[in-house]
Amino acid sequence: MLVDTSPQTSNAPRTAAAPEAVPRGRGARRLAGLVVSTGVLLLVVVASLAVGAKQIPVDQVWHGLFHYTGADADVVVRDVRVPRTALGLLVGAGLGLAGTVMQALTRNPLADPGLFGINAGAAAAVVSGVSFLGVTSLTGYVWFAFLGAAAVSVVVYALGGSRGATPVRLALAGTAVTAALNGYVYAVQLMDTAALDRMRFWTVGSLASANATVVRQVAPFVVAGIVLALLLARPLNAMALGDDQARALGTRLTATRVLALLTVTLLCGAATAACGPVVFVGLMVPHVVRSFTGPDLRWVLPYAAVLAPVLLLGSDIAGRILTRPSELQVGIVTALIGGPVFIHLVRRRRMAQL
Amino acid sequence: MNTTDSRPAVRALRTRGGLSIRFAPRAVLVAALLLAAALAASVALIGTGDYPMTFADVLRTLTGGGTEAQEFIVHDLRLPRVLVGLLVGTALGLAGAVFQSVSRNPLGSPDVIGLGQGSSVGALTVIVLFHGDPAAVAAGAVAGGLLSGAAIYALAWQRGVHGYRFVLVGIAMSAVLVAVIGYLLTKANLTDAARATVWMVGSLNGRDWSQVWPLLGVCAVLVPAVLGHGRSLRMLEMGDDSAYALGVPVERTRLVTTGAAVLLTAVATAAAGPISFVALAAPQLARRLTRSPGPNLTAAASTGAALLVGADWAAQRLFGADQLPVGALTGMLGGCYLLWLLHTERRAGRV
Repeated sequence: MLVDTSPQTSNAPRTAAAPEAVPRGRGARRLAGLVVSTGVLLLVVVASLAVGAKQIPVDQVWHGLFHYTGADADVVVRDVRVPRTALGLLVGAGLGLAGTVMQALTRNPLADPGLFGINAGAAAAVVSGVSFLGVTSLTGYVWFAFLGAAAVSVVVYALGGSRGATPVRLALAGTAVTAALNGYVYAVQLMDTAALDRMRFWTVGSLASANATVVRQVAPFVVAGIVLALLLARPLNAMALGDDQARALGTRLTATRVLALLTVTLLCGAATAACGPVVFVGLMVPHVVRSFTGPDLRWVLPYAAVLAPVLLLGSDIAGRILTRPSELQVGIVTALIGGPVFIHLVRRRRMAQL
Repeated sequence: MNTTDSRPAVRALRTRGGLSIRFAPRAVLVAALLLAAALAASVALIGTGDYPMTFADVLRTLTGGGTEAQEFIVHDLRLPRVLVGLLVGTALGLAGAVFQSVSRNPLGSPDVIGLGQGSSVGALTVIVLFHGDPAAVAAGAVAGGLLSGAAIYALAWQRGVHGYRFVLVGIAMSAVLVAVIGYLLTKANLTDAARATVWMVGSLNGRDWSQVWPLLGVCAVLVPAVLGHGRSLRMLEMGDDSAYALGVPVERTRLVTTGAAVLLTAVATAAAGPISFVALAAPQLARRLTRSPGPNLTAAASTGAALLVGADWAAQRLFGADQLPVGALTGMLGGCYLLWLLHTERRAGRV
């Protein structure tokens, strides 16, 4: 994985708002790194189209994409692998950027959609929809998950955030919301076994049920979120210096906070809605990326948008290979990969950075 | 910590032989009141159910003066449940206080750092892969909890255990374990999945004496052992160097108390399932009620017991006997209470 390219991070910490002080060679290296990462992403996309219960050679993939004739392999590529890969790209980029923005907004290295209760909010809304309103289709889940995620992110930020927030307070608020909502989810599942049966497959996080409709539903939200996130890089950079400094540099704090929150909601909500709660991508990717770009969000965000899908699609491919012909859900694989990588990072880094 | 109060927050009791003991009157009073509340909730819980009994009836039966039917209901059916509740609450409250003190972080509690999830993986492995009986499930839960606790401690070890590293490693572990739980649930047939879900919520329904005795044995050894380290833990919160200078064996204290806390959590989880939030909330509540610094071990243990038994009583009264497992309610109530607490503290300007 992309972990050990970072001897330079042990240098004196550079402030985020003074990138002009960065030596020229570093900017070129970061650009080259971004190009290489994009190349890796392309390779992973091709692999994701080719690998699976039915192996399809690369030239067949090409054929299926651009010279569709209706042969078996073409159908598999077009109707199964393409939506799945597209969803993986969207969800991966969404989670990676959401985690980055969240960690910048809350100045909390522990920030993660899961820890802040957004997954739980989505799950609670979905279980309500399944149990009380009889929603059965994935396309129906999306709206509920979205609502739940949005409501929870507003509640958590209102209670733990705004003025005088500390990382621990915000995380406490997220944990409290998660506990409350999990209690509710469990209670509903216990009284309604049919809901449990549907939910237990949704809650592991999987790309397997992707189809073109779901992709079309979530794509606008994710794209809007990605654009917003990239636009927020500069004000969020300034906010990393502290509220007073940021105001002195001309950042509008409230507007930035509201927009960042909107971004996180759009990205996490759409991602969770589309494939269930996938842990760790949002927490891990920013940490990995920062270890070789430094803290400047104008670099961290594009890197995260490219590398998070690499992680997600890579995990999905691994899940398809490991237990062939059945599959290991992507949420399980990301956790199994992400856990050890994250522990490694935690052990290697100086905790002063937290 | 109440500086406007003219009375001293901490007093010392001296004997003629030159012995002295330091105590905070408010902390002692709060702990006593919490204990009383836990016991009152226990009596109320014994009186609740399909065969309701008055407060006086319960007390008379407990002291040996009830009718034969009352004796049977109290001694064979409801007393074990209440005892399990009290012991589990005590164990979780105490373990939570130890973890939060050692990691110097309110999030460093067993439910966040993956001990509950470790126990769940152990129990689910038994349920899903081996279709084991309840005793085997309990054994699996203990094994899972101990293994995950040892793994977290080993992975967080790097010339000593640092608070943030401990929490971060724990969060990583818990995410991995949640994924394993999810995997086991998708592999199970629906009956096993339902049984596993019931177990994972955490419940006191249908507990009998066979669950009480092991729990009581472990608590009888470990609770005093942990309480005995209370002083060292308070010193540790000042930082490792200061604690060393004051004569506290830092790593040994940490290893002994954490080990005891892991064991307490594992045994409590084996008896009642991973009841969420008691271990996280009880020490926080205790600290705010006693307004005294340090881990507040006694107060946290009593808060845990009062919370759990109180929540079980509320679940029985509100939703009918054995309808809603207590774990679902502790999560909901505890979560809402913590949110309210955060809200009022922010309005009062105390962050």
